[in-house]
Amino acid sequence: MGKQKWALYWAASCGGCEIAVLDVNEKILDIAAAADIVLWPCAMDFKYDDVRAMADRSIDVCLFNGAIRSSEQEEIARLLRAKSRVMVAFGSCACTGGIPGLANLTTKDEILDRVYIEAQSVVGNGHPVFPQPHTRVAEGDLELPVLYEEVSKLSQVIPVDYYLPGCPPTPDLIMTAVNAIATGQLPPPGAVIAGEKTLCDVCPRVKQEKKITRIYRPHQIIPEPQKCLLEQGLICCGPATREGCGAQCIQANMPCRGCFGPPAGVIDQGAKLVSAVASIYEGDTPESVAAMLEEIVDPAGTFYRYGMADSLLKRKRVGTAGK
Amino acid sequence: MASKISIDPITRLEGHGKIEIFLDDAGNVKNAYLQVPELRGFEKFTEGRPVEEMPRIVQSICGVCPGAHHMASVKATDAVYHVDPPPVAKKLRELYYSAHMIHSHIAHFYALGGPDFVLGPDADPAQRNILGVIAKVGVDVGLEVIKHRAYAQQIQALIGGKATHSVCGLPGGMSRAITEDERKDVEAKARSCVEFARFTLKVFDDIVLNNEAYVDLIVNGPYDMKSYYMGMVDADNKVNFYEGDLRVVDPSGVEVVKFKPADYLDYIGEHTEPWSYLKFTFLKRLGWKGFVTGPDSGIYRVAPMARLNASDGMATPLAQAEYERLFNTLGGKPVHATLANHWARLVELLYASERLLELAEDPEVASPNVRTIPTATPTEGVGIVEAPRGTLIHHYQTDDNGLVKKANLIVATGNNYAAMCISIKQAAQEFIKAGQVVKQGMLNRVEMAFRAYDPCLGCATHSLPGQTPLEVTVRNAAGEVVDTLRQNLD
Amino acid sequence: MSFEPRIIGILCNWCSYTGADLAGTSRMKYAPNVRIVRVMCSGRVDPTFVLKAFQQGADGVLIGGCHPGDCHYSTGNYKTARRIPLLKKMLDQLGIEDGRVRLEWVSASEGDRFQALANEMTEQVRALGPFRPAAPSKPAAMEVAALAAG
Ligand code: SF4
Ligand code: SF4
Ligand code: SF4
Ligand code: FES
Repeated sequence: MGKQKWALYWAASCGGCEIAVLDVNEKILDIAAAADIVLWPCAMDFKYDDVRAMADRSIDVCLFNGAIRSSEQEEIARLLRAKSRVMVAFGSCACTGGIPGLANLTTKDEILDRVYIEAQSVVGNGHPVFPQPHTRVAEGDLELPVLYEEVSKLSQVIPVDYYLPGCPPTPDLIMTAVNAIATGQLPPPGAVIAGEKTLCDVCPRVKQEKKITRIYRPHQIIPEPQKCLLEQGLICCGPATREGCGAQCIQANMPCRGCFGPPAGVIDQGAKLVSAVASIYEGDTPESVAAMLEEIVDPAGTFYRYGMADSLLKRKRVGTAGK
Repeated sequence: MASKISIDPITRLEGHGKIEIFLDDAGNVKNAYLQVPELRGFEKFTEGRPVEEMPRIVQSICGVCPGAHHMASVKATDAVYHVDPPPVAKKLRELYYSAHMIHSHIAHFYALGGPDFVLGPDADPAQRNILGVIAKVGVDVGLEVIKHRAYAQQIQALIGGKATHSVCGLPGGMSRAITEDERKDVEAKARSCVEFARFTLKVFDDIVLNNEAYVDLIVNGPYDMKSYYMGMVDADNKVNFYEGDLRVVDPSGVEVVKFKPADYLDYIGEHTEPWSYLKFTFLKRLGWKGFVTGPDSGIYRVAPMARLNASDGMATPLAQAEYERLFNTLGGKPVHATLANHWARLVELLYASERLLELAEDPEVASPNVRTIPTATPTEGVGIVEAPRGTLIHHYQTDDNGLVKKANLIVATGNNYAAMCISIKQAAQEFIKAGQVVKQGMLNRVEMAFRAYDPCLGCATHSLPGQTPLEVTVRNAAGEVVDTLRQNLD
Repeated sequence: MSFEPRIIGILCNWCSYTGADLAGTSRMKYAPNVRIVRVMCSGRVDPTFVLKAFQQGADGVLIGGCHPGDCHYSTGNYKTARRIPLLKKMLDQLGIEDGRVRLEWVSASEGDRFQALANEMTEQVRALGPFRPAAPSKPAAMEVAALAAG
């Protein structure tokens, strides 16, 4: 069997997913043995037109990280889809929109105003200057891409065959995926390469099925190391997060923020977390409900930390309805 | 006939730097623009988030230097909550951060910037990568590189839960203490890193300093630029990555100001241009004078060479010796040669390794008291660290409940952005001459000017530093594209 | 054309649904805009249902359960009493107005109360206007064209 052809590509991403590939350390040589990497902009020089010139479906696997927030990213995603037999959404941003998806809680105009006018360090020259799609400078014209109004996950733009979640995915899971691909022993299409159950199901901390009487923010208490964080009053996204990371944050004494996305069967991670957290809170009186609401200061930004773009509503509604 | 050259590997692709070079009627370089084509808007979408979550959120600005964002952010949250973390927590943070610098500097030298030197600027682009470097220096060395970068990542993962996007920083301290066994493990790794850093400096000596052509390129190439320099220093004016005051020296190396992080707005301003999503910082006292160099221009530089220029030395002995050797070899302070950044980066690698070892040897670092619970009403705070690629500023204002009202971020690369534009123009002017056919080596030299800064467009947008694909478009005076070149053309 | 809100009523079998049924059998007139889904207990109302309703075109969601203390599964409605307000706090961050989601206790004998609620909420949502999920992102090319035109 000839060597496989792989492509690694990033869109709206932080680069951490690429570093995660380097974090397989010496196993990178196994990857090099299994596959020729035909496209990997971060680590290798490459020529983009080469990809355009390739026959359709001539790349065996494309590992795609980052979310989609511009026409260009969408265009490359479509191109790579056409050229690749297998498309893997790599990392939280590609799987569920990731942290950049939090931008869906605001609008593009709000972002531009904040960054280029309001920011305390910006020194206006009397008039605001925004980045423009076209600028005429003394020597000629310069163009900039226009950003989309919202961030999308990869599967909202192209069909995706497999999902490798995590911000970033762990080296173990990367190697699991790599080995499955290299040996052709692929799971059924649509599979998520991680566990099926919730993080709570595999979490090493002890759960006592007890109710909580108040929510703490992470800086407000020093939690005991062996007990469930949620039962100590810290919001932990474990009940609606897919297992597979090895409870990394939990081991560092910090609650999960859900980067592995929802487990099998859960449609909307945030809604599930509303349900889970409200259920464990003690008290039936209007006062206790009010206290809970007061203590949970940012439900959208916490329960959709990595999944805003993946949620049923996808983004904040802009403008008042009917107007 | 005037032309425009663009460096852009993948036509109009977000997050990838793009260089546009305009030629005049004679075919000489008239001007060059480095455009940063994406913005993600963390400054806005972090509004409303609880400030203690910021250290976990903002690091997704950049997965290459997430540790820097994590640390700048957590220091800002300390300030917001008016809380002073216990000494152990500060040591643990600096230990973590030293490991972060080691990871980043190793990755840059061997995988990103180094290939230019190790293989030479005219090498086949297909070879000009980490695998090419390993082929040249040997697989054994390659494995050492992998091993030590891995050590640095493992230390970060130990303390931070994850090496990339750690979770340990909280206002008032750290989420978890380390055990004595873990400390010993870190100490052993740190010892090995010190040796590896020395070895890397030796590699630099052998390959670069012993090659007259390279030294000439560094010292006399079109890569020098007289500018102000900024970097963080400790009480003795020694380089410090985690904590200290910001010191600015003028183009002759004389201190012009030293200020507290909280006062950054008095000294640093940002300028905007309609042709880029990234803003340009400048020294407020001099003002924005455009893309010009020299003592009257407010443009300053950051990152390794700037840090060395802005300091009086290194706080550890081996690094101090290397610091002196660097300045002695390159003709004294300050060094304006942009390419000297590669050497300065290795001096810093040695410092970070020595510092890591010092901290790991301290038995107190394994003691359990790593948190002070904040009690004051949160207000406003600034956190600054020296990221691998320069000064990184996080500034948050919150309401009484600690929810972010305003966030202002100045990323390392923004500090160098104006200087990078000038360096690229200089390099282009040197290598693109009337009637001359534009060759790959020339393009790479233009890009070397850019890569020496190790610009983190990950911070500016999201792509990896150093190897950011670039496309050069050459346009004539009529604006027609006469040539499109990619740094990675075969 | 005037706007007729679509409201999904998710009612528990034992109290609210029976109450709504009573309103119907007693021939009390109430706005036809409320389409009723019956669940065994309000505790069964997963917040996901509410989001799904909006995503599929509802303009409002009314959740009905037994009065506190009367839930046939003893505590189902207490859970609901915590979940729905928390959901509403989250929906507020997502730009969804308070009046579009209501949680009300209606007993089996309160046909008139259901009638009043249905009418009141219909008018409330009518005043808010259609829900319209966030518009899908426009391709940048179109935005550029729009910019260029405008
Ligand atoms: S998933 Fe995480 S590590 Fe990967 S690109 Fe997104 S933010 Fe970066
Ligand atoms: S809630 Fe968090 S700490 Fe508790 S069991 Fe689940 S994952 Fe573990
Ligand atoms: S604990 Fe949660 S947030 Fe942390 S890595 Fe695992 S899934 Fe991601
Ligand atoms: S049965 Fe009516 S609310 Fe539980």
